[in-house]
Amino acid sequence: CTKDLDRVPFYDQTSASVYNDFGNYKAILAKLYAGYAISGQQGPAGKPDLTGIDEGFSNYIRQYWQAQELPTDEAVIAWNDGTLPDYHRMTWTSANEFIKATYDRIFYEIAVCNEFIRETTDDKLGSHGISGTDLEEAKHFRAEARFLRALAYWHALDLFGNVPFSTENDQVSASFFPPQTSRANLFSYIESELLAIEPDLVEARQNEYGRADKAAAWMLLAKLYLNAEVYAQQQKYTETITYCNKIIGAGYTLSDQYRKLFLADNNTSPEMIFTITYDGIRTKTYGGMTYLVHAPVGGSMNAATFGINGGWAGLRTTKTFVNLFADPSGNTDKRAMFYSPGQSLEINDVFTFTDGYAIAKFRNVTVTGAQGSDKTGDFPDTDYPMFRLADAYLMYAEAVLRGGTGGSAATALQYVNQLRQRAYGNASGNITSGQLTLDFILAERGRELHWEGHRRTDLIRFGKFTSATYLWPWKGNVKEGRGVEDFRTLYPIPAADRTANPNLNQNTGY
Amino acid sequence: QTGTISGKVTDETGQPIPGAAVYIKGTNQNAIVAPDGSFRLTANNGPLTIVVRMIGYQPIERDINVNGILQQEFQLTADTKGLNEVVVVGYGTQKKSDLTGSITAVSSKDFNKGPITTPEQLIMGKVAGLQISSNSGAPGANSRIRIRGGASLNASNDPLIVVDGVPLDNAEVKGTSNPLSFINPNDIESFNILKDASATAIYGSRASNGVIIITTKKGKAGDQLRVNFSTVNSLYKREGIVPVLTGDQFRQVVKEHANAAQQQLLGTANTNWQDALYRTAFGTDNNLGLSGSFKSLPYRVSIGFTKQDGTLKTGSLRRQSAGINLSPRLFDDHLRIDVNVRGAITNSRFADQDAINAAAQFDPTQPIHVNNKFGNYFEWIDPTSPDGAPYTLATRNPLSMLELRTDKGEVKRSLGNIQFDYKFHFLPELRANLNLGYDVSKSEGRNVIPAYAANVFNRGGTDKAYSQTRNNKLLDFYLNYTKDLKGISSRIDATAGYSYQDFIRSEPTYPDLNEKGDTINAPGVPFKTQNTLVSFFGRLNYTLLDRYLLTVTVRRDGSSRFREHWGTFPSAALAWRINQESFLKNAKVLSDLKLRIGYGETGQQDFGGLLTDYPYLPRYTIGDPTAQYQFGSQYYLTLRPEGYDANIKWEETKTYNVGLDFGFLNNRINGSVDYYIKRTKDLLSVIPVAAGSNLTNQLLTNVGNIEARGFEFTLNATPVQTKNFSWDAGFNFTYNHVEITNLTKVQDPKAQGIPVGTIAGGVGNTIQIHTVGYSPFSFYVYKQIYKDGTPLEGQYEDLNGDGAITPDDRYRYKSPQPKFLMGFNSQFAYMDWTLGFSMRGSIGNYVYNNPASNGGAYRDFSFPNYLSNVSTSILDTKFQNSQYFSDYYIENASFLRMDNISLGYNFKHLFRDKVRLRVSATVQNAFVITGYGGLDPELGNDKVGANLVGEGIDNKFYPRPRVYSLGLNLDF
Repeated sequence: CTKDLDRVPFYDQTSASVYNDFGNYKAILAKLYAGYAISGQQGPAGKPDLTGIDEGFSNYIRQYWQAQELPTDEAVIAWNDGTLPDYHRMTWTSANEFIKATYDRIFYEIAVCNEFIRETTDDKLGSHGISGTDLEEAKHFRAEARFLRALAYWHALDLFGNVPFSTENDQVSASFFPPQTSRANLFSYIESELLAIEPDLVEARQNEYGRADKAAAWMLLAKLYLNAEVYAQQQKYTETITYCNKIIGAGYTLSDQYRKLFLADNNTSPEMIFTITYDGIRTKTYGGMTYLVHAPVGGSMNAATFGINGGWAGLRTTKTFVNLFADPSGNTDKRAMFYSPGQSLEINDVFTFTDGYAIAKFRNVTVTGAQGSDKTGDFPDTDYPMFRLADAYLMYAEAVLRGGTGGSAATALQYVNQLRQRAYGNASGNITSGQLTLDFILAERGRELHWEGHRRTDLIRFGKFTSATYLWPWKGNVKEGRGVEDFRTLYPIPAADRTANPNLNQNTGY
Repeated sequence: QTGTISGKVTDETGQPIPGAAVYIKGTNQNAIVAPDGSFRLTANNGPLTIVVRMIGYQPIERDINVNGILQQEFQLTADTKGLNEVVVVGYGTQKKSDLTGSITAVSSKDFNKGPITTPEQLIMGKVAGLQISSNSGAPGANSRIRIRGGASLNASNDPLIVVDGVPLDNAEVKGTSNPLSFINPNDIESFNILKDASATAIYGSRASNGVIIITTKKGKAGDQLRVNFSTVNSLYKREGIVPVLTGDQFRQVVKEHANAAQQQLLGTANTNWQDALYRTAFGTDNNLGLSGSFKSLPYRVSIGFTKQDGTLKTGSLRRQSAGINLSPRLFDDHLRIDVNVRGAITNSRFADQDAINAAAQFDPTQPIHVNNKFGNYFEWIDPTSPDGAPYTLATRNPLSMLELRTDKGEVKRSLGNIQFDYKFHFLPELRANLNLGYDVSKSEGRNVIPAYAANVFNRGGTDKAYSQTRNNKLLDFYLNYTKDLKGISSRIDATAGYSYQDFIRSEPTYPDLNEKGDTINAPGVPFKTQNTLVSFFGRLNYTLLDRYLLTVTVRRDGSSRFREHWGTFPSAALAWRINQESFLKNAKVLSDLKLRIGYGETGQQDFGGLLTDYPYLPRYTIGDPTAQYQFGSQYYLTLRPEGYDANIKWEETKTYNVGLDFGFLNNRINGSVDYYIKRTKDLLSVIPVAAGSNLTNQLLTNVGNIEARGFEFTLNATPVQTKNFSWDAGFNFTYNHVEITNLTKVQDPKAQGIPVGTIAGGVGNTIQIHTVGYSPFSFYVYKQIYKDGTPLEGQYEDLNGDGAITPDDRYRYKSPQPKFLMGFNSQFAYMDWTLGFSMRGSIGNYVYNNPASNGGAYRDFSFPNYLSNVSTSILDTKFQNSQYFSDYYIENASFLRMDNISLGYNFKHLFRDKVRLRVSATVQNAFVITGYGGLDPELGNDKVGANLVGEGIDNKFYPRPRVYSLGLNLDF
């Protein structure tokens, strides 16, 4: 009876068998995308991908968003959960569990992508008998997996800098300690990966909705190059313009109304280049858009108008951000989506929801005001707009202003004014070429792209994240705001991973 | 007319008992049993009572009717005080005097009395080194059972439990909170607690946390029908309360500390929500047992009926159980067959225990009922909602949570085995033993909440079903050879065997519906898992000169849970019966003195609920329909590659034990002392893996070492024994210290440790940490600064001296593990009266007073749109903001608990001595002496699924009731 000791699972498959059936490939690819969207296999909670943290907190978009937005002028949060308040105070340490969750989520995504990439080499595909159109499709899948890994590595590059590095050439192991790579080397790796997969990706706007195409890779390249001075002390503004031009030339158009980009039916927008998709019935999580729709609702805000059953009374913004708008009422610039009744502009107490204006941007209602598909009002249909055309316009303009070639100041001005025209509903908000300065770009990126997960990266690129030249309430844990240590432009490697992996050195300052 | 009575007197193993006295009651007629066990006695025809007595055994009285020649067999049961007592060990029995390992036997006459619904409560506080405490006051609640504190960190610390030779698995049985509750406590004859590795190693890879062997009652050969009926009827009264503000106090505090909008929310009522939640509950436990011998077939049949309501309203438990034991002895006793079958149907209604915290937090100025659409339960409304929906962030009405929820489960479970023990005709020293067993259960349950209940209002109610089947099989076979080698004054007793055990658990999935039947969450992937253990084992007992004893065991276990299936677990033990040496043999006072030394290696492969049964396989799991991803207009189920450790294996524990057993005055005073060291390596730990190296962030792998040292002392005595009055007393004492000695794959002295112990307050806050050099679950807190005895808010000692208070200033302070445990029980008998009590003490265990910290600040009621009650600790601390991590909330929770006081009266002489009646009155959980400021110093485990995530955190605790009961026991 010792043969009975070789038990195998009843419902699960094993890596030995799962790749024999091509039908499984798309399901695994779906998991690589879902790794960004949701937190586990059960939805909204249960069978989590990550453990050691509340599952709702472990979601990629929620963690990435918090790391990018909470330490900036754009967002404060009222909750006293663990070390969460340290984000806005800019007093985090290497023990911060939210930073650890962000880091864990990024490397989880990299690991599952590595697994799929490892199992879909030409040799492996051949040995599994994948051929014909299946083979063609498998190549697209593999390129997308490499894109998703490059995206996660870009987040690691941006947030943590010098990080452990593993690829499909490493095996899954309980005792493998990935070596640490330098920020500059990681920059080169991501660039090389994106360039390498470009031919294998589906043409721009030709892939199924939700899946990455060439434009998604161009967008990531453009972002990589725009920040190359921060990442690798190299000026790559010309390359930024090159890839912005490719994107813009691919046929994307702006949504006619700004608000439509953040609603339950935003998947229909012609402006989206890459989104993380959600569905109130089939893609459920307590992170992601559930968080971004519920957490900003509180005070006297009517939850029903957001298509949800109640707010979580957490997220608001600072007056520094409100002041980027000459008229915060929303009557002129419609991107000023503040909710102010019962809210004070000043934040005396970060933990009081009514201190600070709320932002009524993300909603689970359609253009016509109808609630999303989940009638309980828990889980939105709204997709997370990770990359959209407006961002490419602004990157183009910034790269031109920073001296990149291949574009023109006139086109830059035209792109910026297209955004302002949409925001104002007419040409009254248009600017002149004299007004198009780098400072204007930073402010305009705030107005156009606020709460979309760009702010920390932008402030760092403009030298305003840690310095005392740009302050907002409670920056540095004082009400008026103060400058903080420069080393905080990078997050610390979580202490737990330095315990687990002897190859890792801590980032300077921590 | 005279007749003759002849027959045999044997012990439980069938060995003859020469020298035993057989006599007829009320006469001088008697006989002495011959060396082969036989006796012969003449008597007058007609009814008479025959009595068999032997020192060290319990006497038997039997009513017979002589008419000519009568054949009678008597099987004497060893007296527990006697050294000839037979102790059940793994795969066999041994005389107590021959034991070399640390084993404690507790038989039915020493069990705790009173309303006992689950087996382990029978021996609570009775055994040194065995810690049993109920995890809550809910009816049929499970218990935390620890032998010598357990040897694991993340894997299960539950001992292996073996019922009539069938090892149980510790997997959760859905629909019941206690996996042992299917065994009727009244059917249990004895518990044998195997503590050290030399005793447990025969169970190999499941033995590290000790073994508890449960033996059920059986009929006896030659007995006439005996009927036992018992009934216990009890009242359960809630004890203790979470200290929170009264309505008037709360109004005062809100008026002083809240803003105008919040003051507007105040009501005028004075509701004690905790009082409203609980009730005085009734319970009844009735058992009927029939035993005897039908022709030559000894049998015992029992049925039981238990019903108990919970003190938390709506909860209840109803159990019907039945058991049959048959013990035919064939071929002149060469073939002994034991058949045990028992089954139980348990019907439970589960009260929503979340209501416990809700009651502590609910605004005491609000009434319970108002006229509204939520079933007329007062609820907080979202003021911005046009249709008056409940405010989603607010606490829900605790009574509504209980009374509107119908969460019922039914579990059918049966455990049985048939054991053949054949003594070879041509070689009686050799026995072959075959044991075939099964353990099956089927659970079904359903939770229904109507659409108008506020906590499920938005989804239109709840209707969620579940079910589970478990199917475990066992086959054991062993050969035993026993031989006295007179020439060399030796005896050998050798056993070699094979065991096969298979466990299957299956859980279909159901849609999560609302009241109308709309699907809220589509059903997910069903769950089914299997694991198999194949083992070979052997034991050799060698006795030289009746005083030098050697036991060697070895087990080779194969587990389907590991890629490298096989592991070997050896043990050896020596004992020296010092009092048998010539220089002590004549010492009248000393009746027993035995030194024991043992060493053994055991394993642990029970992950608790940590993972599946396939931790070494690279698996891909299918996601549920609620976790799909959209491509184009289609949604795809996902396949997730799971993290795994291809090289995972069992934990290994090495145990060293030295013990001394002693007895004086013919064992009227007896006891034992043990000292042990347990070192576990390759702990099955869930640890953070190096980022990017595996398909998860935390992996179950073999990392870490843990070391436990302990000391146990047991003393039993009969201080007084006169014709009319006797006093038996037992005392036990345990010291156990557990320390983590390694926790990481890479040695890093600066490693902070692994945070554990999630608390209520915020999300994801933890209060404990596993660190090398400290006890598991040590509290990790700030050192509070006080002024005139009052804690100063936010002021902590700057322990790392960097001039700022940061998370790095936390320190490891105390742990929930008690330093010392004590048990004390006494039994007084005067004429026909008996009075007994049993007490337990725990010293040096600390508790995090979570109700005091969460709700310990004025901010804790300052939520928008609703109010939340706060802890009375606020009146002392006056904290504005929560100070979750202050060591102020770590309290010494040492306690002394009177578990049980029982007074009984025996009516011995009813119906011409034919009927014995005992009536008793018992108080359970009579009192607790403690300095702890919260509800109860003795807490349950904090678990998520079967995973232990914290210990010693006072949160949502279902208070243990005080129980008053009246019992009646009828024997005829």
